[in-house]
Amino acid sequence: MELVTPDLGLVVWTTISFAILLFLLGKFAWKPILGALNERERFIEDSLSKAEAAKDEMARLTNENESLLKLARAERDQILTEGRKVKEQMIADAKELAHKEGARMIELARVEINNQKSIAMADVKNQVATLSLQIAEKVLRKQFEDHQKQDELVSQLLKEVKL
Amino acid sequence: MINSSILNSKIFKPLLISALFLLFCVKPTLSFSQEKAAEGSEKPFDPKEVVFEHIGDSHALHVFGKTAIPLPVILYTDKGLEIFSSEKLGLHHEEGHEAPIYKGEHYSYKLENKKVVAVNEAGEVNKDAKIYDFSITRNVASMWMGMIILLIVFFSITSSYKKRAGKAPKGLQSWLEPVILFVRDDVAIPNIGSKYAKYMPLLLTIFFFILINNLLGLVPFFPGGFNLTGNIAVTLVLSFIVLIVINFSGNKYYWKHIFTPDIPLWLYPIMVPVEIIGIISKPFALMIRLFANITAGHIIVLSLISLIFIFKTAWMSTVSVPFVVFMDCIELLVAFLQAFIFTMLTSLFIGMAVEEHHH
Repeated sequence: MELVTPDLGLVVWTTISFAILLFLLGKFAWKPILGALNERERFIEDSLSKAEAAKDEMARLTNENESLLKLARAERDQILTEGRKVKEQMIADAKELAHKEGARMIELARVEINNQKSIAMADVKNQVATLSLQIAEKVLRKQFEDHQKQDELVSQLLKEVKL
Repeated sequence: MINSSILNSKIFKPLLISALFLLFCVKPTLSFSQEKAAEGSEKPFDPKEVVFEHIGDSHALHVFGKTAIPLPVILYTDKGLEIFSSEKLGLHHEEGHEAPIYKGEHYSYKLENKKVVAVNEAGEVNKDAKIYDFSITRNVASMWMGMIILLIVFFSITSSYKKRAGKAPKGLQSWLEPVILFVRDDVAIPNIGSKYAKYMPLLLTIFFFILINNLLGLVPFFPGGFNLTGNIAVTLVLSFIVLIVINFSGNKYYWKHIFTPDIPLWLYPIMVPVEIIGIISKPFALMIRLFANITAGHIIVLSLISLIFIFKTAWMSTVSVPFVVFMDCIELLVAFLQAFIFTMLTSLFIGMAVEEHHH
């Protein structure tokens, strides 16, 4: 029974001591310790969220860089293709132009040749005509040396004329 | 801070270890000296006396063998205050021998069954004298030792928290920080909820007070070996504080639940008294649980040790000592467990009292 009978003196001393302990520890230990713990936890949380934000920012920047790079690459490709196209166009144009020029020159040459040819032909014709006339004159002169033949011709001609 | 410099100094730890080792070495001789004393006085060994001598309180601080530190006796009598050393009442008087009588200012006193009583000239108990014993007994002294340890430890880690603000814990700080965080995150927050911060100082103080005294109780020699947390007066005070805190923090839902619960009216005569008893029974259970657990552990360990002296052979120690070691391991667990359970249930009850209901 003695074991479960609280001793008055001990009750009083425990109450006083515990109250003092609670006060001292509460004021000078628990408050700063818990404060420091909370502070540190907040700091860690802040740091973590900051790190997370930095990571996101980094990822964003990387993405941006990549897209920029992609854009630049595409642009370069486009410029290159365009250049190639222009080059081909130019070559084709030049070719065509050369072609045309050649054709034109050939045409001109042909025309010139024809002209020269027709001039030459006309010349030849004139020469032939003159020669022919001279031959004919000489032939006629020879033939009409006798009157009979002249009469024959006139009569024949007269026969041909039908009135 | 001086405290932390003592604890941190390199010489301190080896000294502490060697001191503990020496004390361990001394312990067997201690037991033998007790045995001899028992044989010398031709008195049969009484384990009950030994056990209850340890479990109960006393007016002297036993160090080892026959050495004891006298403690002040403070008596409040109907004629006035009396303060004297317990040496005057005899530190080591054996049962059967007459206890020395000290003649004080107002009455004469002697020890009877370890209690101070007023006696008349003939040495008989004076029934008329009203004396209230507020002595610094062994338990009070041990409580103060525990408190001093707590204050030194926590002030030193407070200073390291201030010095190393925002940095990782170090040394003693890193030993105790998980415990503090455990009390906060696994005991207070889940049970009390968002209002936990207000109760943290109380919960931490209760936890570490019980823990340090449980652990000191397990140390078998001088700076420990008390049965403070297994003393009903101490658990009474602790649970009374809990009772007050619970009921002062109770909100309207708590009181409504007690006086006007949502049940048919005819059940009120049964339920209301039950709820009112519940107010008392919750802390009462805390008081009994801590007291019984710690006292039982001490009784078992001492009984096992007593076996050696009952059988009067050192060979018995080959049986007793392993059992005692086993029990001490369990007691070590119990020391933490009981501190945890007391704190846990306290926060649970506080949580029930401050809970907001949304009907």
